[in-house]
Amino acid sequence: MIRTVTIEVKQLDRVVIRFAGDSGDGMQLTGDRFTAETASFGNDLSTLPNFPAEIRAPAGTLPGVSSFQLHFADHDILTPGDAPDVLIAMNPAALKANLEDVPRGATVIVDTSDFTPRNLKRIGYDENPLENGELEAYHVVALNLTGMTVESVKEFGLSRKDASRAKNMYALGLVSWLFQRPVDSTITFLQTKFAGKPDIRDANIAAFRAGYNFGETAEEFSVRYEVKPAVMPTGTYRNISGNLALAYGLVAGAQRAGLAMVLGAYPITPASDVLHELSKLKRFNVTTIQAEDEIAGVGAALGASFGGALGVTTSSGPGISLKSETIGLGVMLELPLIVCDIQRAGPSTGMPTKTEQADLLQVMFGRNGEAPLPVLAAQSPADCFAIAVEATRIAVTYRTPVIVLSDGYLANGSEPWQIPSVDSLPTIDPNFTVEPNATDAQGKATYLPYLRDPETLARAWAIPGTAGLDHRIGGLEKEDKTGNISYDPANHDLMIRTRQAKIDGIARTIEPLHVDDPDGTAKVLVLGWGSTYGPIGAGVRRVRAVGGKIAQAHLRHLNPFPANLGDVLRSYDKVLVPEMNLGQLAMLLRAKYLIDVVSYAQVRGMPLGAAELAEVIGNLVEETAGIDDDARQLGTAAANLTHWDHLEGAR
Amino acid sequence: MSTVDLGLPGGLPSGLQGVPAADAPQNRKEYVSDQEVRWCPGCGDYAVLAAFQGFLPELGIKRENIAMVSGIGCSSRFPYYLSTYGMHSIHGRAPAIATGLATARPDLSVWVVTGDGDALSIGGNHLIHTLRRNVNLKILLFNNRIYGLTKGQYSPTSEPGKVTKSTPMGSVDTPFNPVSLALGAEATFVARTIDSDRKHLTSVLKAAAEHRGTSFVEIYQNCPIFNDNAFDAIKDPETRDDAIIPLVHGAPIRFGTDGHLGVVRDGFASLAVREIADLPGGEADLVIHDAHTPDPAYAFALSRLTDSGILHQAPIGIFRSVDRPAYDDLVRQQITTATESQGAGDLQSLITGADTWTVA
Ligand SMILES: Cc1ncc(C[n+]2csc(CCOP(=O)(O)OP(=O)(O)O)c2C)c(N)n1
Ligand code: SF4
Ligand SMILES: [Mg+2]
Repeated sequence: MIRTVTIEVKQLDRVVIRFAGDSGDGMQLTGDRFTAETASFGNDLSTLPNFPAEIRAPAGTLPGVSSFQLHFADHDILTPGDAPDVLIAMNPAALKANLEDVPRGATVIVDTSDFTPRNLKRIGYDENPLENGELEAYHVVALNLTGMTVESVKEFGLSRKDASRAKNMYALGLVSWLFQRPVDSTITFLQTKFAGKPDIRDANIAAFRAGYNFGETAEEFSVRYEVKPAVMPTGTYRNISGNLALAYGLVAGAQRAGLAMVLGAYPITPASDVLHELSKLKRFNVTTIQAEDEIAGVGAALGASFGGALGVTTSSGPGISLKSETIGLGVMLELPLIVCDIQRAGPSTGMPTKTEQADLLQVMFGRNGEAPLPVLAAQSPADCFAIAVEATRIAVTYRTPVIVLSDGYLANGSEPWQIPSVDSLPTIDPNFTVEPNATDAQGKATYLPYLRDPETLARAWAIPGTAGLDHRIGGLEKEDKTGNISYDPANHDLMIRTRQAKIDGIARTIEPLHVDDPDGTAKVLVLGWGSTYGPIGAGVRRVRAVGGKIAQAHLRHLNPFPANLGDVLRSYDKVLVPEMNLGQLAMLLRAKYLIDVVSYAQVRGMPLGAAELAEVIGNLVEETAGIDDDARQLGTAAANLTHWDHLEGAR
Repeated sequence: MSTVDLGLPGGLPSGLQGVPAADAPQNRKEYVSDQEVRWCPGCGDYAVLAAFQGFLPELGIKRENIAMVSGIGCSSRFPYYLSTYGMHSIHGRAPAIATGLATARPDLSVWVVTGDGDALSIGGNHLIHTLRRNVNLKILLFNNRIYGLTKGQYSPTSEPGKVTKSTPMGSVDTPFNPVSLALGAEATFVARTIDSDRKHLTSVLKAAAEHRGTSFVEIYQNCPIFNDNAFDAIKDPETRDDAIIPLVHGAPIRFGTDGHLGVVRDGFASLAVREIADLPGGEADLVIHDAHTPDPAYAFALSRLTDSGILHQAPIGIFRSVDRPAYDDLVRQQITTATESQGAGDLQSLITGADTWTVA
């Protein structure tokens, strides 16, 4: 086939693309491959996988739809994007489930092969939306992708069912052409993945190439798009998801501390991938124990810490509930322990594959007694690495359990990561006690397990196998210094206060909170924590793009807070705190600083949107400036900035 | 300390392999900590502690390489009274904690001390999973058939109908037989002994220490305060000969005053106690105890000779001792294999991965 129409190449600064199909259609894999191609091309990017909790909901139904959204750009971006510019819908259910997110004017590529009256009826379409004009506002490209896939692989003699399973690769080939993605890595990937099944391998590669060539030769498309590589700081980059970054960060932390790592974990969405990744890393002296339940997982980790290893446990909210008592024991024993909570929508089983940040108060306070511990939260997928290293530093230095908060959005989402040099990571000194640290009344050298470092208040830590320092510890209250059981009222009060002071003192070793307030004239500060970093940043850029003054800061340390937090809060007229919960950080800030922060709470199981935040921020900026309700326009303007306004680039 | 012959040959890989040997002979006093022992007068725990303190020097390993992990209960105070490393943890979780410790530290002899409530009620899940994994640690279950520390509620081993503070009309629960439970969980070493029989207790402890894998030892322990006389039948010189069914590997199971009773096969996979005089073949009909029988059904059948109600008769000794690779050894082996085949991990190349791009 020879083209009669020449193809125009259009420059774009950024694109949001969403692949949607049935759970069995391989949309996550397709998205991952497009991401890898995009990363190797050098765009900045951010991804949002979204899949049902059911492994295979009935095929062709709305609950069975799985999608993967990718935002890529020629400049640095912060979110996977609110709304797709291109939707690839592999069946009617995927079209129906995703269309409401797609703005008018966007491109919708549809596989028509399943658009039979029966399939359409099943999901509540009375008429074929491809034919009744319902999609007029979109640029619809309706193609029989399945049919063309089957055709393209017929030489391999597969059954129609097997042949049609390569349709995701056909679609990937087509959009790879459309956005001029480099394709070699996908071909290599398919060669490796299906190395053991030559006909499946060849069929997938053939379908991928056929899709690409279809774009080139068919006249469906008169434009191709180009998104230039982003200008990023010099360095070597890779793409990384939050869970992988977390796993690597934990290994890095253990290595920098010179400790073996023992992970005790019980599978749970969305934390299981951390267990999977770490189980591959045995050569780093990483032991993974898939325990009988979450209690045993954290127990094994704490037991390993008692033995002088770095004990780690990874879970999500329901599992964290089960671990509470053992974490409390860790607080009492004053041993290092890292507890990662990859939050998901709750309460109870909630929505396992959806994101949320509603475990903050649980991890802060969800233990009996006064049981303070440090709480850290990663702000982006790649930041999970740095947070894990920081958690190790604190856990080992201060001999304390540390909570690391991530969530489903960070866990599965990915972004380019400037790979740090290992030498630049902090070294962590376990500072084991190997000799007596005191003399008793008889003048005999002795070991006091609860003798503390005057600076950090960390207790001495001698591990089994150390001659002469044997001792017994436990969950019963201990006497100061000796660690012997004590029911003395004054001693209990002292120990409670000492444990609290130890955690509070960590603030002396953490970076002051950095505020992004470009000309220092903003009256409103927006303060977030965890995975809202991207959406808040994108919302802030929108507001600034339409002339609003707004300061932004983001907390990675939630307990203790950075030492300057109170001063920062007091230097703004209003503080807006957006969260994917009903205002948990807001409650902590009000309690601690007596500042009436403005809470913006949305708990939908989805990341906050940049446009929605822009509107909220814009409105608050004008309200603070005394502008009447009906005269306000900043928020709307910021929210309505359209796609091509270079918004996220505005800094 | 003298021991009784339990008839078990050596030859199994030692449970103490990898634990450094002591430089010099040790004595009991070295194992006595400076903490005042606080059990009620007459508590069976005293006898077990004394026996244990006397037994540890016999192991000939470094004192600092012994770690005791306990749960919560009267018996779980045990670690405080020993000059070894110890952790008094939380209710029911000691097996899980000890699993992490034993896996991280092949050079330690790790012991779990637990009670019938601790191990079989709140901690039942950890117990069965530790047993099935066969982690190299030794579990001492102090069974007083009551909750001691919380002042006398019935426990998962209390006899049906037991009247306690929480069961004024008698318990309606069917109790666990701890030995049967352990065997059902595929435990590789299962034994039962008695607090007051120091010789037997010591012999069982020694065999448990030497077994590689999880050793499960049920110790009948008297609680004079909340469940006194629970084990009278097997302690009273008047009755004990007919009450204790002694298990000695390789010997016919014969007992009773003048050996008038014995254990014979009885129908499908079960055993029964009979008067030897009534047996057609006499002593020749008795079961010869073989603790190495691979099929746990045999040991299970033995365990069923224990009364589930008020105790009148119970087998005492080693029910089962078989070889199966220990979980922690296998876990460490995988680390060694991975390190040997792929080389020790290089962190920089790990985090860099295969798919990178460079911005100049
Ligand atoms: C989570 C929790 N629940 C309940 C208790 C209260 N408690 C302490 S010991 C115990 C029962 C102990 O019985 P057992 O294990 O038989 O030990 P014993 O005191 O008889 O030696 C209970 C219910 C606790 N400490 N922790
Ligand atoms: S209550 Fe019973 S088991 Fe507990 S210390 Fe007293 S006698 Fe021993
Ligand atoms: Mg008890």
